[in-house]
Amino acid sequence: MGVEIQIDNLSKSFGKQLIWGNVTLTVPAGEVSVMLGPSGTGKSVLLKTLIGLLKPDEGSVVIEGTDIATCSEKDLYEIRKLFGVLFQDGAMFGSMNLYDNVAFPLREHTKKSESEIRDIVMEKMDLVGLLGAEDKLPGEISGGMRKRAGLARALVLDPEIVLFDEPDSGLDPVRTAFLNQLIVDLNAQIDATFLIVTHDINTARTVPDNIGLLYHKHLAMFGPREMLLSSEEPVVRQFLNAQRVGPIGMSEEKDADELEAEKDQEMPPLPPIPMQLEPSNGIPRRSQRPAGEWCREHGVTPPPGSFDGNMSMATGG
Amino acid sequence: MSSLTASRVLAPVGTAGKLFAFGLDVGRGLFRRPFQLREFLQQAWFIASVTIIPTALVAIPFGAVIALQVGGLIKQFGAQSFTGSAAVLAVVREAGPIATSLLIAGAGGSAIAADLGARKIREELDAMMVLGIDPIQRLVVPRVLACMLVAVFLNGLVSVVGVAGGYVFNVVLQDGTPGAYISSFTALAQLPDLWQGMVKALVFGLIAAIVASYKGMNAAGGPKGVGDAVNESVVITFMLLFLVNFVMSAIYLQLVPPKTG
Repeated sequence: MGVEIQIDNLSKSFGKQLIWGNVTLTVPAGEVSVMLGPSGTGKSVLLKTLIGLLKPDEGSVVIEGTDIATCSEKDLYEIRKLFGVLFQDGAMFGSMNLYDNVAFPLREHTKKSESEIRDIVMEKMDLVGLLGAEDKLPGEISGGMRKRAGLARALVLDPEIVLFDEPDSGLDPVRTAFLNQLIVDLNAQIDATFLIVTHDINTARTVPDNIGLLYHKHLAMFGPREMLLSSEEPVVRQFLNAQRVGPIGMSEEKDADELEAEKDQEMPPLPPIPMQLEPSNGIPRRSQRPAGEWCREHGVTPPPGSFDGNMSMATGG
Repeated sequence: MSSLTASRVLAPVGTAGKLFAFGLDVGRGLFRRPFQLREFLQQAWFIASVTIIPTALVAIPFGAVIALQVGGLIKQFGAQSFTGSAAVLAVVREAGPIATSLLIAGAGGSAIAADLGARKIREELDAMMVLGIDPIQRLVVPRVLACMLVAVFLNGLVSVVGVAGGYVFNVVLQDGTPGAYISSFTALAQLPDLWQGMVKALVFGLIAAIVASYKGMNAAGGPKGVGDAVNESVVITFMLLFLVNFVMSAIYLQLVPPKTG
């Protein structure tokens, strides 16, 4: 049933350059969360900090009572067994075929027999739709297949937390849609905590239970999907609706002149909130909330046309 | 400003310290179980396969040059009966470890740095750490041990091929007598010379593998970073090995009295 990640007052800089500071949030157990942000805001750095590949300068990341930022190397390797991570390019071991890649964690960490390993590996390969490609080397397959193979390897130890580093980068829209469906189905099946780093707006609008936005070296907002999608906060609104008008410019922040010129420009109205992606078997996930519940509870009127089942997935703007 | 200069001046010290710390990590990894026997054997085979032929080819001219230089000189002294001993002394004491160091750093070390560097930039090492496996224990320790093992064997190879090459040049080209060459083998050289050559080779293998692994695992900045890492690792290893060779020779000459008569 997933594990919660408590991030408190986290800061990280490279040399003198601050990447982000004062990031505090709790990634809820068993739910799907998305971390968004313009390019170069350190989303991947955040992900690497969560698994202890990078040490933060300040703050703590607590998982099951262990602080990743300060614990010993030995504890770190132990706690990492709770994680499954999908790297941007899959990060498959180039010298092994897909089967050995997926079997690798099992062979290193468990005393399972080869036939048991075979069953597990085949099950995961089937899950990501790669049956029949076991003997291929990572260099021989497409980027999308490498990503799915990376996902199979991340899932093989039955992780409590799964981190996705841009699962949709470099994939065509159809494959992205399939991958998103796979993510939702997986969450329904294994109930692990999912954290997805992306800047694909469509993914962010339809997949997660929670959305976070990193902007200008801090966490601008983190909360339920409907809260962010109905938010009037300029940065959140601009980013989630992929608009040019707003505080985010080409080079991270707009300069004062540009902001001044835009002052009178009205931001376009919020587009309707789409339905959340359902598991393909139709049974709601355990962490799924009914559409519009958050808006009703907090007295927020969602933009007109929201939660219409037939609505197209277009992002306004 | 002064702090900036200071940090620049001290940067190499920091790098040296990190390299040393990495060496200590490897030392600790040596004793961690399970030992990666398969990886060790694969790597030993791989390093041997990329170094054996170049080493043999380098050793022949090495022995020949010594035979040519020393042969002419010794003839002037009228001490032809000692040509063999001079060749053995030079090859076993110095040429063996030096040729080994060149090949281990140039062929073995660069291959290790390139391999680990490519894995680093493809995030394979990160993926490994995330899967709860320490790359130092899984990848670096077997490579270091394999490099040390192969270095010792290469040293033996250079000694044999070098002495044989010297023999051919001395006997065939310089009209030396086979008997004089062979019978004077032990006139100046002694058994400890062979041991020190082996110890040197062992240490060279250790240093070359640690520098190459360190540079490879810290490669950054895409494919160019891998190239830089390989380049730096070869240069640093050469400098270190020649320095260490000098220091070890000096210590050896203090500890072991030269053979007389």
